[in-house]
Amino acid sequence: MESVKRDNASVLELTEGEYKAGFVTDIEAETIPAGLSEDVIRLISAKKNEPQWMLDWRLKSYRHWLTMKEPTWQNVHYPPIDYQAIVYYSAPKSRKDAPKSLEEVDPKLLETYEKLGIPLRERAKLAGVAVDAVFDSVSVATTFRAELEKVGVIFCSFSEAVQNHPELVKKYLGSVVPHTDNFFAALNSAVFSDGSFCFVPKGVRCPMELSTYFRINSANTGQFERTLIVAEDRAYVSYLEGCTAPIRDENQLHAAVVELVALEGAEIKYSTVQNWYPGDSEGRGGIFNFVTKRGACRGRRSKISWTQVETGSAITWKYPSCILQGDDSVGEFYSVAVTNHRQQADTGTKMIHIGKNTKSTIVSKGISAGRGQNTYRGMVKILGKADGARNYSQCDSLLIGDRCGAHTFPYIEVNNSTAQMEHEASTSKIGEDQIFYFQQRGISPEEAVNMIVNGFCKVVFKELPMEFAVEAQKLLGVSLEGSVG
Amino acid sequence: MTSPLLEVENLHASVAGNEILRGVDLTVRAGEVHAVMGPNGSGKSTLAHVIAGRPGYMVTEGTVRFRGRDLLAMPPEERAREGVFLAFQYPVEIPGVSNVYFLKAAVNAIRKHRGLPEYDAIEFLSLVKQKAKLVEIDEDLVKRPVNEGFSGGEKKRNEIFQMALLDPALAILDETDSGLDIDALRVVAGGVNQLRSPERSMLVVTHYQRLLNYIVPDFLHVLVEGRIVRSGGKELALELEEKGYAWLEKEPPAVAAR
Repeated sequence: MESVKRDNASVLELTEGEYKAGFVTDIEAETIPAGLSEDVIRLISAKKNEPQWMLDWRLKSYRHWLTMKEPTWQNVHYPPIDYQAIVYYSAPKSRKDAPKSLEEVDPKLLETYEKLGIPLRERAKLAGVAVDAVFDSVSVATTFRAELEKVGVIFCSFSEAVQNHPELVKKYLGSVVPHTDNFFAALNSAVFSDGSFCFVPKGVRCPMELSTYFRINSANTGQFERTLIVAEDRAYVSYLEGCTAPIRDENQLHAAVVELVALEGAEIKYSTVQNWYPGDSEGRGGIFNFVTKRGACRGRRSKISWTQVETGSAITWKYPSCILQGDDSVGEFYSVAVTNHRQQADTGTKMIHIGKNTKSTIVSKGISAGRGQNTYRGMVKILGKADGARNYSQCDSLLIGDRCGAHTFPYIEVNNSTAQMEHEASTSKIGEDQIFYFQQRGISPEEAVNMIVNGFCKVVFKELPMEFAVEAQKLLGVSLEGSVG
Repeated sequence: MTSPLLEVENLHASVAGNEILRGVDLTVRAGEVHAVMGPNGSGKSTLAHVIAGRPGYMVTEGTVRFRGRDLLAMPPEERAREGVFLAFQYPVEIPGVSNVYFLKAAVNAIRKHRGLPEYDAIEFLSLVKQKAKLVEIDEDLVKRPVNEGFSGGEKKRNEIFQMALLDPALAILDETDSGLDIDALRVVAGGVNQLRSPERSMLVVTHYQRLLNYIVPDFLHVLVEGRIVRSGGKELALELEEKGYAWLEKEPPAVAAR
């Protein structure tokens, strides 16, 4: 029995690995007091010099939010959130004299990116990626904008878009995720701080992958990002979103909204690697991530593809969805969600088939370790007029250890008899005998888990842009460090 | 005489509180092939697993030395890198991980441990081709996920193929003959015989004598109730075949094997 005990001790030792991105950068933040009221919203709007219509929209959202209740249907458990204890606005001080180039950016900020392994300069130069870096709530560095402007692509912070492209923002904001959509989306609509805006005009293929690194960095500051991406007829854009956050004592609320609009023949590829602080091994201090992501395939033959690798956050509540309105439009969802320690994830997608011959693909890979709880929740809905609609869903769960859980809730609603639906699901467990097999061939237990997990996630990783795929694999290794002894 | 590769002394081990091995003594020198036979539940497979370091087996007494070093103090992967190979009776399936990727990681982990340069993809694939031929394994199996959907015979053949690639100093074959028809047995045994060399020792654990018609051991030990009760040459196998294990079960334990 002693050898068994010894094994358990080494499991514990290994699973208590420190969060690799844990540090706080000391930048004097311009913060308003905690709490939410119409005055706070007016203050946020004023600080951002917003036009009246934007303030009106925020207030309308806030008033609606007051009438709503926090959802309880999800399979996650957390202490009640005190919305009056949250700080709703925080901007780095250096914002007043906003940097025109990277050289003007606070070196400490750049240092933060260095520590995270995201050398902004190098990445921007070498990889040809335009980076709209969101640090806390205000964008501080935007690169390659000029090059994008040459082909007519607008890529800027959401605040700038409100100032410089009000007609576009007015036209599309809330058109996919209305301000009344759900509790967290309504809250975001009222208090959103900043985010990214991207517009790709007719017939333009965006010449580079667009990328945003989000980062929560101010204690007790809610992060309310707002992202809007519009691809006009036959336009194409690939957007990468990566997240990481420093260690925090109290739970942080993160309620982002992402809206995508694809017009006729347009394609949007949206990839996420999410690594918000998951809390310590007891689950203390992790991020609460309540995200609303939705794309509308408005035009014929349009396509929206979501790929996500979710490794962070104490709680993940996220269902990147596609509304397949245009005939022959295509929606895709590829997901890897990892929960370790006491992390909880309730994630999946909705595919709403409205147009004829619309097609959707769902591939979800959930990995649970430690005491993690992983839920896939997905809906495929075929409306009455969606002749010839097709869906393929695959939901696989992988369990590591015997204290974690995997749950699957697939909802299927078909109102058209010509629809073709396929659903496959599997649950497997990394067994001690598998790990021993690797060890007997000279491979360490950590490497064994890595190899099994990477094999399990292969189909999703191959949907990610190359460099992101490498990062995702590394992240998975770190997230599951020592989950098997 | 060469110094012993493996020295097992007074080995006691239990599983879930039940004592299975009750004082096993065994010495294997370089190049020797030892067979361990015994009735069901006598502790044959336990001996194989304890040497390889499988979790769940607790050593309560005794020592196992490998090239003079304390083998029991090493984690399983280190034992493997030092040259201990176990061909499993029931090889597990590892879905999603291709055999070739798995084996490259294994071979390179072992080479690294031995201070040799790691193989790149091209070098490794040519090695795979060469060894696949040696043990008559279909190269298609090499590309598939480890053991997934393999027939019983394919799994066993894959074990021998891995043994050929990993080039161990001590190969332990745990009931490699179980579940094999006569043709598969011939092929697997043929592979094993190809791998016999003065540098490689083998411990062949089996219930049936028939395997020993193909893999002829230098020494044979009979394990009964966790103790080696008789040791001898290959002719002992025939005696067992004739009389069964019952006649040995009543005898007192043999003095230390060899």
